[in-house]
This record gives sequence, structure tokens and C-alpha cells, in this order.
Amino acid sequence: MLIACPYCGARDAQEFTYRGDAAPARPDPASPDAEEKFHDYVYLRDNPAGAHRELWHHSAGCRRWVEVARDTLTHAVAATRFPAEKEERS
Amino acid sequence: MRYSLFNVIVNGLTGNRFATPAWRDPEPRPSYDVIIVGGGGHGLATAYYLAKHHGVRNVAVIEKGWIGSGNAGRNTTIFRSNYLLPGNEPFYEWSVKLWEGLEQELNYNVMASQRGIVNLIHSDGQRDAYVRRGNAMRLAGADSELLDREQVRALAPFLDFDNARFPIKGGLLQARAGTARHDAVVWGYARGADQLGVDILQNCEVTGFLRDADGAVTGVETIRGTIRANKVALAVAGSSSRLASKLGLRLPIESLVLQAFVSEGVKPLVPGVITFGAGHFYISQSDKGGLVFGGDIDGYNSYAQRGNLPVIEDVLEGGMAVMPLIGRLRLLRQWAGLCDMTMDGSPIFEIGPLPGLYLNAGWNYGGFKATPASGWCFAHMIARDEPHPLIAEMRLDRFRTGHVIDEKGVGAQPNLH
Ligand SMILES: Cc1cc2nc3c(=O)[nH]c(=O)nc-3n(C[C@H](O)[C@H](O)[C@H](O)COP(=O)(O)OP(=O)(O)OC[C@H]3O[C@@H](n4cnc5c(N)ncnc54)[C@H](O)[C@@H]3O)c2cc1C
Ligand SMILES: [Zn+2]
Repeated sequence: MLIACPYCGARDAQEFTYRGDAAPARPDPASPDAEEKFHDYVYLRDNPAGAHRELWHHSAGCRRWVEVARDTLTHAVAATRFPAEKEERS
Repeated sequence: MRYSLFNVIVNGLTGNRFATPAWRDPEPRPSYDVIIVGGGGHGLATAYYLAKHHGVRNVAVIEKGWIGSGNAGRNTTIFRSNYLLPGNEPFYEWSVKLWEGLEQELNYNVMASQRGIVNLIHSDGQRDAYVRRGNAMRLAGADSELLDREQVRALAPFLDFDNARFPIKGGLLQARAGTARHDAVVWGYARGADQLGVDILQNCEVTGFLRDADGAVTGVETIRGTIRANKVALAVAGSSSRLASKLGLRLPIESLVLQAFVSEGVKPLVPGVITFGAGHFYISQSDKGGLVFGGDIDGYNSYAQRGNLPVIEDVLEGGMAVMPLIGRLRLLRQWAGLCDMTMDGSPIFEIGPLPGLYLNAGWNYGGFKATPASGWCFAHMIARDEPHPLIAEMRLDRFRTGHVIDEKGVGAQPNLH
């Protein structure tokens, strides 16, 4: 599996460390339903069979986080980007 | 038909002309008391104990492929109860006790063989950890024995004891652990359940659920039609999230792939199960002679049901470090299965979370050993609407309350468990 790091280019997936689903966003701890939201954020996942956006850390490369759009049925990588950026590369 | 030596001889001499199929192939009925989705070991064992112990016989097990086509037929067949935490260990020990009598119980040769498991020790810190684990096992009524280096050498002289990086300093032995023939476990429970009246419906994928006005689950949609039930129980292992999503539920599970490997057959060599403690590698030998081994899960979400090369390399490197002679053997087969990895690495039993629904999931890479006890406890839960004491801590709300059962202590990161 090759992952196109926006900084380093296409690299073997072995250079990356997997974090998981990119969707969960840290909730506001001051919100009244924070307990419920943190449960959701820490534990619950869509875990889809198909398109999945996920975080990989380029730990043996530039050491930046990369957001990868990958299919969990075929392992095909559709696009990558730095999480904060809008622009996709493929 | 009851199986016996007499039976085998008569059927052998008569060319199996009077042999009957081990279970029926019925048409789905419009409704059942209980539907169990998933014809793996857990689903079939649940049906068997529901019928046997709870008198619930109007039951269907619904399987999308053939029974045992999931992980039940893909695993490396090890059973053991060498867990650490009180939420887990008594449950797995009960499972070992059920394995010990399973053939008599089912009148079926599941080839359960208590050949023992040794977890190798490579450092002082690891010895401390295994002493603690061994004591925890004994507290729950399981057996455990700390071996020194020479005792390990007597059991497995072919290991590399003086590896420069990972010398072997001893081991933790559970002599009552062992292996069983995975397919036979599926077939044995299927036959037992069928004889008690359970319908086993194969090639019958569940595609959706029936809900009433209050949201309760009242049946399933399948490719062979709609089937109603008072209670619908899910035991679909690696497909748990996929089916739960059809009910609008999200689970604390990620699905990842685990691979297994078999070498060409050789004469008896490996006495029991041996696990390498410095990397992740474990090995046993099947009765056919093949060395059966595996290691880590492929580290990212996947439903591909096939493995990738980097993990194969990693497993074989671990194997070469602990048992260099495997370098001379040829690999015969390699395959993979879907593991329902939970956020704490321990399984989930739940009444609900919707009315009419029961959930059995989160078996990670270790649910084969749990098959008898899982069926035992899940049947109790479905029939009585209360958790069996052995699984009382394995409920879904443990994630909400913080009472997770995290054997490895790695936190909510399923690919690391
Ligand atoms: C390579 C590998 C090695 C392993 N080694 C060990 C080991 O040594 N020891 C151990 O204890 N555990 C081991 N495990 C884990 C163990 O195999 C599983 O945890 C266990 O088999 C899961 O329970 P099951 O048998 O009920 O699952 P499965 O056999 O996977 O049963 C689930 C069933 O649900 C069916 N299903 C899915 N979706 C639907 C649907 N929509 N409609 C109808 N049916 C559906 C599937 O087809 C499948 O047959 C291993 C797993 C793997 C992959
Ligand atoms: Zn990079």
C-alpha cells in the first residue's frame, strides 16, 4: 500500500503509524452534554466497509499527520491531504 | 443418529448408504421466538444452549454464506484461559472447562487436545508480569505454572535460547490449554442445535431489520424473505458494525484483519502452543503435521479479508528469531479473517441497546476459545433478559462509565490491542 504524503510524495504505508478514523472531533469540555459527547468521541466509530477518512502519522518520514481517504474493502487510496488543508492530492 | 464406534463401522461397511445428513436444510419459517444472526461458532453455540438449557427451541440461526465461513473456519484453533483481569478470566476459564467435556456433550469429535500453551519470557520485567498473570489465573481457578529456562528447553529444545536480542529466560505454562478442530466445533454445535429443533438457514444474508412503532426490533429482512421474531440476537463478529449501522447504531469497534499461516506437513515437532514474548509470533502443529502460526493484526481498518505482505514479513521475522528452523520449511497457505476489535480489547454482551435486540460482539482476535462459554452466557442473556454473572462486566456501558477491561492497557486504540 502506498500513501501519497503531501510533503514527501508516495511512500510505503510501513513508514506511517495508523491512528484511525479522522472524523471524531474533540468536543468542548465545558458544554453541558460534554460527558455524552466525549463518550462518542473516544469510543464510538462508524467503522464503514468502504470509503473511510483516516489519520496516518508519517512517523518514519516528515513526521506530519496526513489525512487519507481510503477504501477499507479494496485498500485503494483515493486522496490525501494535511488535515488542516482543504486541497486534496491523489 | 448418535455417533459411535459401532456406527462408524456399520456405515463404513455399507458405503454410507444409511448415513443421514448431520443437520437439516430447512426453508425459513415466517417467524421464530429467537433469531440468531451469524452462523459462526458463537451463533451456533448460543442456539444449542438456548434449546438445551432454556427450552427455547423455536430458534433460527441465519447465516449469509455457509456456517463456519467466517472466523470460525479461519482461526488458529487455540483455546486457553491465561487472561489477567477479573472481568475476563473467570469467563475464559469456564470456557476451558466446557472445552474439556465438549466432545461428550456434543457426541462429536471436535479434536480438542489439551496440549498446553507456553508464553516465553525474555526479560526480568516480563517474568514479573507473567508471575502476576499466573497468580491471577490461579485465583480464578485456572492452572498456571512458571517454567525456568531448562524446563522450557525440555519441552521445546528447538527454540533459539541464546538469541542475542531475545534470549529465552523461562515461560508461563497453562497445561490445560490446547487446540481443537475449528470446523468440527461449528459442525458439532450445528448438529446438536439441529437435533434440538433449531433451524439453520444458510445462504440467507440479513439485509435489514423490521422495527415497530416504538423502534423495537421485531425481525429481519433477508435475501430469502422477511422473518419475524420476538428476539433478534446478533453474533456476526467482524461484521458487527456493518449490521449495527442498519439499526442506526455505532459501536466501540473497528474491524481489522488478522492473518494465519500453515507450513508443509512435518513429523511431530511442536508439542503445544508456543508464543514469542518479544515480538508477536505464536505457533502450534496441527494433527496433519502443518505448523500453524500467526502474529499481529494488519494495523488499519479493513474489510478486505485478505492480508498484506508487510505483516507476513513481520510475522516470519518473529518466527525466525525464536525458532530458526522454520526457515527451512515451505509456506503452504496463508489467509485472513475480519476481527471486531473493541476499544478495550475485550468482548461485548448486551441486552439491547434497542428493545428486542441482543448483541454479542467484539471478539477481537481471540473469540474461538470463547465459543462454548459465549454460547452458554449469551443463551442465558437472551432467555432470561439478564446477564450471566460471568459476563456481567462485559456490557456496553463500561465505556461510558470508565470500567473498561483493558488487558494490555493501551487505551481506546483498537489496532494496538
Ligand atoms: C486468522 C485468525 C486467527 C485466529 N486465531 C484464534 C485463536 O487461535 N484462538 C482464538 O480464541 N481465537 C482466534 N481467532 C478469533 C476467532 O476466530 C473469532 O473471534 C471467532 O471465530 C468469532 O466468533 P464466530 O465464530 O461466531 O465468528 P464468525 O465465524 O466470523 O461468525 C460470524 C458469522 O456471521 C455471518 N454474517 C455476517 N454478516 C451477516 C449477515 N448480514 N447476515 C447473515 N450472516 C452474516 C458471517 O458470514 C459469519 O459466518 C482468530 C481469528 C482469525 C481471523
Ligand atoms: Zn511525509
